[in-house]
Amino acid sequence: MTRIGVVIFPGSNCEYDALAGVTELGATADFVWHTETDLSGYDGIILPGGFAHGDYLRPGALARFSPVMDAIARFSADGGAVLGICNGFQVLTEAGLLPGALQKNRGLTFVCQPTTLIVGSTRSVLTAAATRGQELVVPINHFSGAYTCSDETLAELERDDRIVLRYKDNPNGSRADIAGVANAAGNVVGLMPHPERAMSTLLGSADGRILLTSFVTATVTTS
Amino acid sequence: MNYFVIVDVTLREGIADPEGATIERALPALGFTGVTNVHAGKSFRLTVDAPSEAEALERATSLAERLLSNPVIEDSVARLG
Repeated sequence: MTRIGVVIFPGSNCEYDALAGVTELGATADFVWHTETDLSGYDGIILPGGFAHGDYLRPGALARFSPVMDAIARFSADGGAVLGICNGFQVLTEAGLLPGALQKNRGLTFVCQPTTLIVGSTRSVLTAAATRGQELVVPINHFSGAYTCSDETLAELERDDRIVLRYKDNPNGSRADIAGVANAAGNVVGLMPHPERAMSTLLGSADGRILLTSFVTATVTTS
Repeated sequence: MNYFVIVDVTLREGIADPEGATIERALPALGFTGVTNVHAGKSFRLTVDAPSEAEALERATSLAERLLSNPVIEDSVARLG
């Protein structure tokens, strides 16, 4: 059975939701404290939402120096599946494992609402089970979620089919409506929306299951 | 020898600055007219123990690029305080 580690930084707050999400989809999951340096035995790693290290300086700026980040860099270089959700996405960009940066939202507005996402690419551990062009309703909940990158990076992302999710109606000023991107190999993905909060129609949407099913399945095939 | 160093971090040219824009829009309401190009940034004050001014600035520049700023969207400048 696939085993997923959910990293907890001081200030993470979505770790239980992420753990429950992948567990419901058949994975075994447990928490990984941010000082951990050994990720052997894990098939996939999730960096959950929250405010790692209080988001002091910039979201993710201090978390990238947590000991677990070196281990995650090695894990991902070996092909391991890594998913950063919201604050986890910010941490992955600060750590240089994903390109670009997340800035304060356009208009300095905190956004907390369901959003419609369009699957831009299925070449990633997060979107393999979806279809290109598919619309998914997944909530967002952030202040610094405006994706920013250079012209060169944007061209590279588009050319290499790495923009995995785009907003249908851009809620935060993200460049090119980007909601989530992957690394070149497709095994590291970050997104601002919260798929772990879209696990049941009773709570508004079950579309997050498609994304997390991709991730859980991917960890089986990469391990 | 202790050197007092100030590091200024500002958004790079062309990067959206919603804080600066919001401050600029608020100024006329307070009666401040003729103020444009408002940019928000951060300022850090450090005491650096180093053998020389040049080395103190070099260390501050290095840590500014590695931690205090995100070079993807921000520029940093270290100067003696």
